[in-house]
Order: sequence, then structure tokens, then C-alpha cells
Amino acid sequence: MKMSIEELEEQARVLRRDIITCTTIAGSGHPSSSLSGVEIMTALYFGGLMQYDPAEPQWPDRDRLIMSKGHASPLLYVVLAHAGYFPTDMLSTLRQIESPLEGHPNMSRLPGVEASTGSLGQGLSLGLGHAFAARMENRDYHVFVILGDGEQDEGQIWEAAMTAAHYKLDNVTAIVDHNKAQQTGWVRDVLDYAPLAEKWRAFQWETQEIDGHKTEEVFNALQQAKATQGRPSCIIAHTVKGKGVSFVEADYGYHGKSLTKEEEQRALEELGWQ
Amino acid sequence: MAVRTETEFAMGKATRDAFGEALREAGRTNPNIVVVDGDVNNSTRTEWFAQEFPERFINVGIAESNLVGIGAGLAACGKLPVIASFACFIMCNGYDQLRMSIAFPNLNVKVVGSHAGISIGEDGPSQMAIEDVALALGLPTFTVIVPADEPSTHKAVTAMLAEDGPAYMRVGRPDVPLVYGEDPDITLGRANELRSGNDITLIANGIMVAAALEAAQALAAEGVEARVLDMHTVRPLDVAAVTRAARETGKIVVAEEHLVQGGLGSVVAMAAAEHAPCAMAFVGVENTYAESGDAAALLTKYGLTAEHIAAKARGLL
Repeated sequence: MKMSIEELEEQARVLRRDIITCTTIAGSGHPSSSLSGVEIMTALYFGGLMQYDPAEPQWPDRDRLIMSKGHASPLLYVVLAHAGYFPTDMLSTLRQIESPLEGHPNMSRLPGVEASTGSLGQGLSLGLGHAFAARMENRDYHVFVILGDGEQDEGQIWEAAMTAAHYKLDNVTAIVDHNKAQQTGWVRDVLDYAPLAEKWRAFQWETQEIDGHKTEEVFNALQQAKATQGRPSCIIAHTVKGKGVSFVEADYGYHGKSLTKEEEQRALEELGWQ
Repeated sequence: MAVRTETEFAMGKATRDAFGEALREAGRTNPNIVVVDGDVNNSTRTEWFAQEFPERFINVGIAESNLVGIGAGLAACGKLPVIASFACFIMCNGYDQLRMSIAFPNLNVKVVGSHAGISIGEDGPSQMAIEDVALALGLPTFTVIVPADEPSTHKAVTAMLAEDGPAYMRVGRPDVPLVYGEDPDITLGRANELRSGNDITLIANGIMVAAALEAAQALAAEGVEARVLDMHTVRPLDVAAVTRAARETGKIVVAEEHLVQGGLGSVVAMAAAEHAPCAMAFVGVENTYAESGDAAALLTKYGLTAEHIAAKARGLL
């Protein structure tokens, strides 16, 4: 699937609607953490940057997407549904018993989910495993890993960062959804690890800093990362937690909270849906 | 399957050596095996695989969490990763990753922890895994294997690699007595009866199997015929063998080089309690950490010898 920039922007609006709606039906979940990564995921899945086949989810040569910040499962699910892995009707079963759309992604139950995540810090190492396997089997797929910015606190991220650089795994791209907020506060107040881009550069990753909500900028950065040779790539995507919904953007207290029916209506109005 | 008596015990190689040899051998026939190391390959003996198959060997440095995650990613791509470090480091430092990235998605990763137990001796308690089996049992999809000696470890490694699904194997540092002859029959999930007897049953794994056989010799001199079971697979447990032992001998002593709670003793006790309650006693590290010192002296001080097993047995008679 390869949409134009305009089509990607409209697709992002659709995904935002579905993220809000499915979490409100579920009555829980992490819509704000999902809304910040919409343009990144849209560009990857619908902009032609990733090769995949919903009819053959385990196709060995597919490009991989690992959602290391597993609480953004609503974002992953709406993308996979619109990409054709399962019917969009299923989104309304989010978090219900017997539904494969669990609170955090479960690779054993839902096609298209490359990794079971939800304990932060682990996705990049998993991505490295996929990247090593590609090298051993002479496959040229690319591995994209979406990391949270609160997740940067986890030491395992930096273990993996060192390993990827040492082994020159240029088939890996880490994208940090740098939405500036984590569970109990702003990142700078909880654990101020700035400067972030300098850290990734110091770990020998080819590092770009972009506006994670400008579709064309996101697309170009991902394309450049995919083409980088001899070292892994990192994209620090400056984003806004809750992007598109003003009252969620302004308040980190919305972390891990679905919107009420009334809030959902206001949110959908802001996004131009009613 | 020849079983050696106390006086016949010859020393064999360490179980880590048997692991290293079996792994290298398996690498020759199975090109899918990949080994991931936390910079201890000359201790765990994965260096023998690495020397022969450098293109299928990854040393990630001293980073067990990352090591476990890379193993999981390789397995998700259809590789057969064997990931190894010291038992205490891979199980304790990598435990969240073992849970989330391997056990929960049920990925086919073989985890091998070396230098387990207090018999590593002089390096001391920071390096001694005495809780690794309990931790492995806390990963519900894992097979858990604690082989006794060189030939049985070799066979257990082959069996482990042939089975689909995650597994943990515990191996040790020192050379250990041969309790098996050449080419023993090791079937995962099936206990081996190394000595018959109907007065009491001694159930053991790892280095405590040899100690249990020695204890049985001492008891025989007193007119007590002890059955000895090598329970090399802690999960799936051979419940039938435990039930038979409980019904036929009425008394069971379990011995392991591990914390007395949470390991083999606990699962054997559960099986017996559910199917054939009987008198039981347990030999293991009591609620303490050990210390540096000579291995044999440590095993004596911390209660892990044939004499300790025999004393517990006498307490039940």
C-alpha cells in the first residue's frame, strides 16, 4: 500500500478516530500514548516504507514493526486492522475476554503482532534478534522498533543500542515517540535524561530529530533511515502526547485513561468527525 | 544402563563440559542453532561451538537482559537459539525478559545456566545460583532440566534441542562422578530408577544424584534398601514415578543443590500430597546464602552430602 502525503494525512485522521472510539468502548487503555505515534505508523504501513502481506503474516521477508511501548496497543491494532490483518469490526472488542486484542500486544493471538510487549525496555533487543536472523539468512528486510520516551529510562535499551552499533546492524531503525510525558509527569520532571539525540549519537547510531506529526518529514526520515548503511538508525520524533485532542494534549494525567462518552464527542469534533 | 556403586564411582567431566560438547555436536547437524553469549563462553563452554561456527555465534557483552531478548527475536524468526551465561546472571538479571519475551509468547529458546549451586566453591555466593530452578519453575511454559553427570547431560542437551518450546537447563562447574555408563537413556519427563529398593525412596537431581546413590549404599549396610530416582526433569515432573515411590516405599527424601524451597523438593511434595501422601524429608540449602571455600567443605557445611541424605532417611525410618 502506498498512499500520497495527503492520503496519509487523511488516514491519520481515521486512525485517531478509531483509537479514541475503541478505547472509549473498552473503558480503559492508553489513547494518549497511541495518538502521539499516529503519523509514524501511518507512514510505515501506508506510505510504502514497509513490505508486508496480511494474507501471509509470517512471510519470512516481510519488514518488521515491533511496538516496544506496548501500552500503545490501540495504535498498533487500528493500523493492523486498516492494513487488512483483521476486520476493523474487531476493534470494538479491545480488552474484552476472549478477544485477541489484549490490553498489551500478544503475538500468539493476533496476526501481524511481531512481539509480545508491555514490560518496557524489551522491544529493541527483540528487534536485534530479527536483525541478526536476517543477516544470517541473507534476507534484506528492515526492522522498525517504536520506543517510548519514558521507556528510555530502561537500561536494556542502552544494552541493545551498544550491541546494534557494535555489530553494525544497519537493518534496524529505532523510532523514539518523544511525546514528553510519562505516567506520573513530564519526562523532564520524572527523569531528565536530556540530551536524548546526543545520547543516541554517542552510542554510534545515525540519528535524526524530526517533527513526528509532519507526515512528509516523518516519511523522509524513515526512508533515509532505511537506506543508511553500516550503522543502525535512530529517529527522535518530537511528538505531542494525545495529539489532536486539545484537552488531552495539555494534561499528562490522561495517561492510561480512556475518554468518557462526552469527552469522546468533544475529541471527535476537534478531529473534524462531527 | 550401568549404575556404578560408591566404590566404582569414576570421575567424569563437568556437566558444563558435556553441554559444550553436545552443543558443538548438534551444531554440525542442525544449521538452525544459534548461540548467544554474555561474554562467558569460555566458562559455559559455548566457546567450542563458537570456534566451529563463528557465523552462528553472538557475544552481546555483559548484558543478560539484552542477551535474552536477542534470543527471543531469533526464535521468532525460526532460529533455534541457545542462550547461555552463569545460572545466577541469566536467570536473575534476565528474568523479566525470560518471562515477557520468551515464556509468555512460548518461543523456542533454550536457556542454559552454568556454574549453578554452591559447588562452584571459591568464587562465592555472588556467583552461586541457588534459586534458578525456582525461578525457572515460575515460567509456566518452560521445561526445566537438571542433569546429573557428563553422559546424561550430553543426552539431555540432545533431547532438549529436539523438543519444541522454551527450556532451562542447569549445569555445573566442577567435574562430577559418573553415575551413568555410556549412552544412557534420558527421556525428558521420565525419571530414571538408578537403584531399586522398597524401604524408602531417595529422589535427587544434579550432583545430588551421586550423593543419593552413596547414601543408599550406607543405608544398605544397615539393612535398608533405598530406591534412587534421578529426577533430571523438574518440569514436566514424572508424577507417576513419584506416586509409585510414595505408594511402594512410603517414605521419600528429596535432595537438590538448591534452596530447599521452590525447587525439586517442592514439586515432588506437591505430587505426593495430591496422589499418595507419605512421609517426606528434604535436603537442600536452608534459607541462607553460602560462602567462599573449597567445594567439598561447602557441601558438608551446608548440608548437601550423602551423610545428610542418609541422616534424613534414617529420620523417616
